[in-house]
Amino acid sequence: MSARLTRDNVAKVADLARLNLSEAELERYTEQLGAVLDHAEDVASLDLDGVPPTAHPLPLVNVLRDDVVVEGVDREEVLSQAPSVEDRRFRVPAILGEEP
Amino acid sequence: MSVIPSTALEIAAAVRSGELSAREVLDGHLARIDAQDGEINAFNLVMIDEARAAAAAVDAQVAAGEDPGPLAGVPLALKDNLCTRGIPTTCSSRILEGWRPPYDATVVQRVNAAGAVSIGKTNLDEFAMGSSTENSAFGPTRNPRDTSRVPGGSSGGSAAAVAAGFAPLSLGSDTGGSIRQPAALCGVVGVKPTYGMVSRYGLIAFASSLDQIGPFSTTVADSALLLEAIAGHDGRDSTSINAPVPSLLESLGQGVDGLRVGLVTELMGEGIAPDVAARVRQAADALTAAGAQIGEVSVPAAAYGLSAYYLIAPAEASSNLARYDGVRYGMRVDAPTTAEMNAATRTAGFGDEVKRRIMLGTYALSAGYYDAYYGKALKVRTLIVRDFEKAYADFDLLLTPTSPTTAFKFGDKTADPLSMYLNDICTIPTNLAGHPAMSVPFGGGSDGMPVGVQLLAPALGESTMFRAAAVLEAAAPALDEVWS
Repeated sequence: MSARLTRDNVAKVADLARLNLSEAELERYTEQLGAVLDHAEDVASLDLDGVPPTAHPLPLVNVLRDDVVVEGVDREEVLSQAPSVEDRRFRVPAILGEEP
Repeated sequence: MSVIPSTALEIAAAVRSGELSAREVLDGHLARIDAQDGEINAFNLVMIDEARAAAAAVDAQVAAGEDPGPLAGVPLALKDNLCTRGIPTTCSSRILEGWRPPYDATVVQRVNAAGAVSIGKTNLDEFAMGSSTENSAFGPTRNPRDTSRVPGGSSGGSAAAVAAGFAPLSLGSDTGGSIRQPAALCGVVGVKPTYGMVSRYGLIAFASSLDQIGPFSTTVADSALLLEAIAGHDGRDSTSINAPVPSLLESLGQGVDGLRVGLVTELMGEGIAPDVAARVRQAADALTAAGAQIGEVSVPAAAYGLSAYYLIAPAEASSNLARYDGVRYGMRVDAPTTAEMNAATRTAGFGDEVKRRIMLGTYALSAGYYDAYYGKALKVRTLIVRDFEKAYADFDLLLTPTSPTTAFKFGDKTADPLSMYLNDICTIPTNLAGHPAMSVPFGGGSDGMPVGVQLLAPALGESTMFRAAAVLEAAAPALDEVWS
């Protein structure tokens, strides 16, 4: 399966993950991730039909609590740590009107 | 100045009785850090002012006839992925450099309430991804037993801080062995509790279905003391187990007479250094001598643990680390549009290994590959849980090496990520199952570096696990005893 991991796969994944990779990084990651996926072949090649997946070690159910108002974190303290703030809100560069 | 004892239990007793002041204890430890941490680099930040204030508060309580708590005046180091209000918390990543969290992690609140003196934030592999602390953006931590070698990771700073005597206690986090492996490599005790026993509120997330916080110490009893202080239900972590905290200190003297302990066949052969395997067999003999029944047990699916882990953990990480986008906290690299700003920030802020894991996880979750990789890994997780269930039908505890080798040299495994990942082969299965496990120092390898043996228990089996750990501690050969 990992023999099929190509430089183009890695470039696409980098784009999805919002990472800009250099040519050299693309090459290196293609090789390194390929080696990890080769090792993962032992899992990928298992016949596991009928085995249910385990996403989590605890038998989780919805955790509910009484609807009581409690103090949250301080808004000014949170905003003081943001890279850019305007009118007590997080400020970001243009979103609307971007090229897709 | 009076002589400062080396264990947390002794320090807390002396501070509570007024024999020693928390200030004296702190000064002694700060002096050691000052003299030696330039070389070891266990700390990203030493919280001198905050620690002095905390020690003064403990001393004032004692003077007023109040009890500061079970950790009275004990210096404690915090892995730098635990949030501390107003104090920089970096995960050893450029992307969080300078960030000051607006709240304390639950474990930080609990140790402070128990009288501990938080002394600093310790170095780690960036976002806890690594097994050597070489992935820190702030330079590696060195192993106090031999500074040409790694301390293990990812909690390498917390392990080294305890091994170097900078603090008798520290906290780390363990996603695939990040407490137990550095504990083994530095020759200290390290515990990964049952998933859900310790609140993760304020632990910066890596892989949420695996992450767990736990203690480091020089003695088994000190880890019991610290785990009792941090365990217990917390409404702010929905995975927190709502059950009474087992009494661990009380169980320590109970011995192992009649306990059934299984040596895991799959983790004693290929890939395990012969000197490490020999120490594990010697540990089994020590348990036998103390009255335990030792047998061999097979956990076949453990062989697939590594592959399953390196699909599941990166998948969860790729999702958890999506939050570092330059908007709400930490670094921002400006760009004309938000999408470009997100990418420029993440590209500049994350190190090589973090990028590699995000890429791996994104790939494993992407359309067309999900079923073959992530889906299969989740099913293997079920097989591992089932195999452990079978093993625990016949045995109370399992025994394995903690790490396949002793501490390796800097740079030995950095060029080949897979060789680094193989360090976690003995520790990963318990994380996938959500069970507790701990590493106990048990003599040295043929290179004279510490060997850790690992005890595994079923969920919430900590009391039994600590009983056996105490027996192993008492029977452990000295580190400098000639290996035979």
